[in-house]
Amino acid sequence: MDFTVALAQIKPKLGCLAENCEMICSAVERGISEGVGLVVFPELALSGYFLRDLVPEVALRVDSPHLARLLDLSRHVDIAVGFVEASADYRFFNSALYLSEGEIRHRHRKVYLPTYGLFDEQRYFARGESLRAFDTKFARMGLLICEDMWHLSAPYVLAMDGATTLICLSSSPGRGISEDESLGSTVAWQKLTSTTAMFLNSRIIYCNRVGYEDGVNFWGGSEIVSPSGSVVARGKIFDEDYLVGVLDEGALRRERIFSPMMRDESLPITMNELRRIEKERSR
Amino acid sequence: MGLKVNTKLLRQLLVGFIREEVYKVGVRKAVLGLSGGIDSALVAFLAAEALGARNVHAFVMPYRTSSPESEAHALVAAEQLGIHCQVVEITSMVEAYFSRYPDADNMRRGNKMARERMTILYDHSAALSALVLGTSNKTELLLGYGTLFGDMASALNPIGDIYKTQVWQLSEEMGVPREIIEKQPSADLWAGQTDEQELGFTYREVDELLYHMVDLRMSHEELVSNGFDAGFINTIYRKIQNSHFKRRLPVIAKVSNRTIDRDFRYSRDWGK
Repeated sequence: MDFTVALAQIKPKLGCLAENCEMICSAVERGISEGVGLVVFPELALSGYFLRDLVPEVALRVDSPHLARLLDLSRHVDIAVGFVEASADYRFFNSALYLSEGEIRHRHRKVYLPTYGLFDEQRYFARGESLRAFDTKFARMGLLICEDMWHLSAPYVLAMDGATTLICLSSSPGRGISEDESLGSTVAWQKLTSTTAMFLNSRIIYCNRVGYEDGVNFWGGSEIVSPSGSVVARGKIFDEDYLVGVLDEGALRRERIFSPMMRDESLPITMNELRRIEKERSR
Repeated sequence: MGLKVNTKLLRQLLVGFIREEVYKVGVRKAVLGLSGGIDSALVAFLAAEALGARNVHAFVMPYRTSSPESEAHALVAAEQLGIHCQVVEITSMVEAYFSRYPDADNMRRGNKMARERMTILYDHSAALSALVLGTSNKTELLLGYGTLFGDMASALNPIGDIYKTQVWQLSEEMGVPREIIEKQPSADLWAGQTDEQELGFTYREVDELLYHMVDLRMSHEELVSNGFDAGFINTIYRKIQNSHFKRRLPVIAKVSNRTIDRDFRYSRDWGK
């Protein structure tokens, strides 16, 4: 079915759970008053990104009061939000929740934790171990967090699991100045979202944050990308934004008729070859 | 790829950086030293755009051997922007000290001048509730061509990740006065001194090498096959290595389980 999504391109404060929670709740309330179906937030929206030793301090159990407030609001609008999750055995995950009708519809723990260049996630976070699509009242969806998108297999698995809408929560640092119109990171992401949408005949909802942490900028530019790879709506670069767009069921249906790559994708061939590779590598 | 940059995009990024990182701390103002050279002029232009001219306080701090042209250029830049500007001569303070050590060489004197200026900026930082803006560019920082705890000291440095040749490009975009853009870069510690003469190579040459070595991470062999002189590569590599201490915090002897900056790690913007 058609539905309206709002991408809250916010500027979280580093380590300030209460203030960020207020910011998030007011964006959700705006979504409710404007009648959207889903409000999406960036990766680690509740905590900020370069947390380092703050990770255990801002980590929340899924039954925490901050999340209870969002769960309550999700009775009126669906919400996808990123936060630091603490498990019962004291592991910490870079997680995202899809909340709907007062319940946690899905939890995704970031699988690919970048630890290179300016990134240091594997030092602080435990790795997620699964990629699963889930049903919502609008479509079958998949959640990914930032670096997950850069591993071809992650969106592929979700699409094979039936997802037609992929939500990617991001805190992408802006870098790579050149003569180009945009930063290198912006150019790379725009290619990635569009190409992934085309490969998988799926919509991409990409929500990136803005602001600066210790001199590192987050470039924004959140996007709604149609299954044909064209951009339906794009948020401001560097500035806060609240981007609203309609996801058109007809566009998805037509694209899947024009380019039925997902229909023709061969799970048996892929599985056979991957099993062979796994066997050969373990020798 | 290369040293040429989209100056409009860079301007937007650096202006945003100054505004957000200053406001985050809970202040609205910045102070900086204005030498009459291009680096500090560019930072003044960025700061005026980020914070508004009335929130930028520039200090011109000449020593008796400083070129009068430098002071004149600093004042031209400040006037064009309409920022606050004060001249605080440092001759008496520096001379008072060196009257005890009359044999001190140029390096000691130059370092003392740079640190004297730093204390003045930090004093006004407290007096005005303003942050000190750094004006060292990436070329100087990598080569260690600056005084530790002197001109290298600051709260925020908007130009520390751009090379000197990129400083020139951005200064054109920002409208820094022509005479400042076109003059020979100089530390202005004594008459006739120029950076390029003292360093022994031009900024264009060294920036090209630094870009390939640091940003693109080319190996020695790759640099040579790209036309860089092996001797020049070694000289610059050693300069970067030998000045690395200037780019780090003081080394702390580890005895506990949680040592500042080694296993006690927080971003500076913690809680902001």
